[in-house]
Amino acid sequence: MREIKFNKAIREATAYCLSEDNMVYVMGLGVPDPKGIFGTTENLLEEFGPERVFDMPIIENGATGIAIGTAIMGMRPIITHQRVEFAILSMEQIVNQAAKWHHMTAGQSKIPLVIRMIIGRGWGQGAQHCQSLETWFAHIPGLKVVSPATPYDAKGLLISSIKDNNPVIFFEHRWLHDTFGNVPEESYEIPLGKANILKHGNDVTLITYSYMTTVSLKAVEILNKMNISVDLIDLRSIKPLDYDTIINSVQKTKRVIVVDNGWTDFGVSSEIISDIATKLGNQLKANPKKIGIENVPIPSTRELAKYCYPNLKTIVTSVLELFDKKVDDAILPEENGMPDVPNKYFLGPF
Amino acid sequence: MKDLKIIKNIEKKLLYEMYRIRNIEFKIAEYYSEQEMRCPVHLSIGQEAVAVGICSYLKKSDSVLSAHRSHAHYVAKGGSLEKMLGELYGKETGCAQGKGGSMHLIDLDAGFLAAVPIVGSTIPIAVGTAWAKKLKRDTSKTVVFLGEGATETGVFHESLGFAALHNVPIIFICENNLYSVYTHLRDRQSPNRSLKEIVEGHGIKHFHGNGNSVEDVSSIFREGTFENENNAPVFFEFDTYRWLEHCGPNYDDHLKYREDSEVSMWKDRCPINTFEKKLIDEGILSHQELEKYLEKLNIEIEEAFKKAKKSSFLSKEHLYEKIYSD
Repeated sequence: MREIKFNKAIREATAYCLSEDNMVYVMGLGVPDPKGIFGTTENLLEEFGPERVFDMPIIENGATGIAIGTAIMGMRPIITHQRVEFAILSMEQIVNQAAKWHHMTAGQSKIPLVIRMIIGRGWGQGAQHCQSLETWFAHIPGLKVVSPATPYDAKGLLISSIKDNNPVIFFEHRWLHDTFGNVPEESYEIPLGKANILKHGNDVTLITYSYMTTVSLKAVEILNKMNISVDLIDLRSIKPLDYDTIINSVQKTKRVIVVDNGWTDFGVSSEIISDIATKLGNQLKANPKKIGIENVPIPSTRELAKYCYPNLKTIVTSVLELFDKKVDDAILPEENGMPDVPNKYFLGPF
Repeated sequence: MKDLKIIKNIEKKLLYEMYRIRNIEFKIAEYYSEQEMRCPVHLSIGQEAVAVGICSYLKKSDSVLSAHRSHAHYVAKGGSLEKMLGELYGKETGCAQGKGGSMHLIDLDAGFLAAVPIVGSTIPIAVGTAWAKKLKRDTSKTVVFLGEGATETGVFHESLGFAALHNVPIIFICENNLYSVYTHLRDRQSPNRSLKEIVEGHGIKHFHGNGNSVEDVSSIFREGTFENENNAPVFFEFDTYRWLEHCGPNYDDHLKYREDSEVSMWKDRCPINTFEKKLIDEGILSHQELEKYLEKLNIEIEEAFKKAKKSSFLSKEHLYEKIYSD
């Protein structure tokens, strides 16, 4: 099968939806610019024209309201934010209006709206350019939250998100844009709210999403070499969360580690582990663990930022601890390059 | 002769419509103390002329969006009274089956798309509505009612900028009633601030008029929309005054946040009394005719209240429905 990059998979999904349904449009700061949102909207303006693909003034909240207004009238807007942090300015429209509209109108109006938010990391991004705020949105009834890890999922999940009749917050990790993998040329949909079991095993369940899925895949390879078999669950969607797949797996393995893509305090990992605890608490063979970003603002300097993020070794070590084993450094791949740029080891194919 | 009769009928209708809003609102105020309408209400008494003056020129297919004080706009646009009262009583017969309340009125059949209480929030949504119509080559109008307080929000300025940039055919109607809850305009806006200049600074035409004169409102609105040949965004500002408290059924002048003289001055400018006097003085309307209308109106309102009171609430399973669309 053909291999393409994650950012091109996003572009392909967008172009497909634009050509299939003339109610779809894309709006965002820099959408038609030469960089095209990290390549994800490249040349879409040329292909679909200025009524379907356009830039916007720096009016995040206003633009979200405008998109909601067009959605009420039957259009299907896609908004892009080059960093999640800019979308914070539109929380009012997202949380009060888009999320609640269908409910407040007793189902008479609906808001098919996709808001793409990019999570930054590395190269000194600093406190306002690398936050993982998925839980903010996942907390709100009426929103869906999606976060693909592979190019294949990026395309299928984005098409499903655009076709969904609800507001969907679509999180893309910046470090995934250059990863590559198999992506069919034809269109396909991946259901929202369903997790994907990437690896099957019996000893421990590893639950993760977004960029940390790529790191966890490598961790599983190493663990398999040490005769530890892992059920690796990629969440795909944060809301609706696929509690059933999680519980079924942990019921089987009786050990669980959640590798969060964000801060662990009140995080995705906290939600998952609390659900497991309430349902399976007395069946577990070991305390569940959560791994994620240190609960501090991320500093710009690489020499402090590198301590904030879990890495391959963190994951492997945490799993081995469950079996009273120690990590053998020889089995870990060599660090290649600086910690503030994506490690080539995790580029793919996925 | 025939034309004159039409004009007379239109004028009578304007008065009747203002009465209809006022009497509905006073009846809500009266029944509110029974504590059966258990949601916040922001009554429109004193501000009827803007709603009626504008909506009398709108067609059913035109769209209206509003904010927290939306009863007048909803009724004037032709929203169902029974559904509005059902909503205030929280019943399944309500326009949003009781899920919205007074602050979330909707009647899509009447072209009343939405109202929300977060100040300023329907402004961009209305711009989006108008913009979608433009993209879809739908020529019906979109009107958004906002208060002068909303012109202080960031999203107001964002929306004006976008509307001007894309030449969105949106009609902004600003009702300036001087107060944001208890806070007077002078405590919120610099004396050097000019809303007209702000609007015109975005390249949008601004019209200003007496919001307590239904004739003024409709003639300025007619003029402003008719001369707007290329369907540009347009802004109307009308001065008016709310009689009752910001939220609730009572007068609150004992709190002394506004001068008695100010309140009485504005009551002297009552949009209904002044217009009624004019119509009677000019022989367009007789006292008997008006009495007959008001009697009929009273029956309509009482019947709608009875129905709302008698209706049922949604059952528990509906709590989980219509959060997500299929």
